[in-house]
Amino acid sequence: MSTKNFLFAGFGGQGILFAGKLLAYSGLLKGKQVSWLPSYGPEMRGGTANCSVIISDEQIGSPIVAEPDILVALNLPSLEKYQNKTQKGGMIVYDNSIITKSVSKDDVKVFAIPATQLAIDNKLDGLANMIILGKVIKECDAIDYDYIKQAMQKVVSAKKANLLEYNLKAIEIGYNYK
Amino acid sequence: MADKVLMKGNEALAEAAIMAGCKHYYGYPITPQTEIAAYMARRMPKVGGVFLQAESEIAAINMVIGSAAAGKRTMTSSSSPGISLKSEGISYLAGCDLPALIVNVQRGGPGLGGIQPSQADYFQAIKGGGHGDYKLIVLAPNSVQETVDLTFKGFDLADKYRMPVMLLSDGTIGQMMEPVSLNQSKNATYDKSWAVTGTYGKRTKNIVNSLCLRPEELEEWNKARYERYNKIAKEETLYEEYLTEDAEICIVAFGIASRVSKNAVNAGRKLGIKAGMIRPITLWPFPNEVLAQTAKRVKAFISVELSMGQMIDDVKLAINCSRPVTLCSRSGGMIMSPEEILQKIIEVDGGKQ
Repeated sequence: MSTKNFLFAGFGGQGILFAGKLLAYSGLLKGKQVSWLPSYGPEMRGGTANCSVIISDEQIGSPIVAEPDILVALNLPSLEKYQNKTQKGGMIVYDNSIITKSVSKDDVKVFAIPATQLAIDNKLDGLANMIILGKVIKECDAIDYDYIKQAMQKVVSAKKANLLEYNLKAIEIGYNYK
Repeated sequence: MADKVLMKGNEALAEAAIMAGCKHYYGYPITPQTEIAAYMARRMPKVGGVFLQAESEIAAINMVIGSAAAGKRTMTSSSSPGISLKSEGISYLAGCDLPALIVNVQRGGPGLGGIQPSQADYFQAIKGGGHGDYKLIVLAPNSVQETVDLTFKGFDLADKYRMPVMLLSDGTIGQMMEPVSLNQSKNATYDKSWAVTGTYGKRTKNIVNSLCLRPEELEEWNKARYERYNKIAKEETLYEEYLTEDAEICIVAFGIASRVSKNAVNAGRKLGIKAGMIRPITLWPFPNEVLAQTAKRVKAFISVELSMGQMIDDVKLAINCSRPVTLCSRSGGMIMSPEEILQKIIEVDGGKQ
């Protein structure tokens, strides 16, 4: 791997930024160059939100990901907006319990996972972001599961330590989903 | 502290300020700068400092004048419209020869404008903003780590030269997270015998003031200040060169625009175009000398900016218009893609691609 560009996109409140931050932190722990850039402003309060994450062996130029290698879409507007911008040979991972349309782009690998439904079924409401991240970890060689687990310790604050276990469980569900 | 942590530009800036010994912060919330104020609100009480959310930006900058006059390391931060409000106070800081750090996390303007990243406050930062003959040292980071490094440096330069320093960031650099190490060697100490701290009846009183009704005397004050500015221009200019040794086309860009430009320079090189970049780190003093020297070797310059074209004037002045200077710009909160810059590079190169 030299450089991998990720774009996480969905509704504000789905934990898009957190999932991206966890991924970026895992890259940092692995000794890579990383950047994380959120959309900010009114989107944070319920509109569409996205975040660019770059993990690279080299110094990172622009932190803006307009044409991702890996698109993680948690709602339909995000999938429709970004699927055609995804790089040829790239990957799209999307939540098919929310997005009922399928991916029309045919030169990328596509993985559908009913992340929101799995979260509800497993009493992990609100952790669809971690479930879909688990699937991304599984399908993307550039990410190391062990470093994600270590990153979780860094990203979840001590005050919310009780959430650590739930987050890790959610990732595991996504990772093992077939 | 050698361990790298992942931090937002704004939060890293705030922590660096505290590490630099800033115990006095006065601010007012505004996107995309608010994380600085929020971080200060959380941390300052824990380190025995003062966080004060003023009733307005104008009040905040005047509180800065007060703390700075008392010899304390002081900071305020805002985003574009808020900096316009602070401009009167910034001129007073310059007129009183007071050190302080002013942070502008720029957003699109004019007026209330938008909240997305911009560099359109270049003129305001470099050419004035406030009234009268004065300069600010203006530092323009292009990464979270450099935001930290220049925060340390900004406080030192302010104290060394007794003048306000502006850290000119933007919405992207402020909001993005990157790995950062917060390492500050021991803070230097500066003579602050001029500060108004109370005489306790033991010395003649110090006066901090910008009012001078005798024009011949005011002229002398201004001349003395400009001697200091000349010294700063000689000794404190900072810039980075990227692939300029054999470059035929030289981009000039700072802050986030320089990050995007770097991708375009690399893409240009892959097409066989000898592109390079000069990145001013201090916008004032501007790296005139290196630009003038580079002009002797390159065919053309491209000024890449998130404004309708402001820095381009200074590029033309630096090279005395000896080479063509083309503008590549986006405005209002938009950011150009590397491809847009690459197209401009190809165009300037003769459009052979």
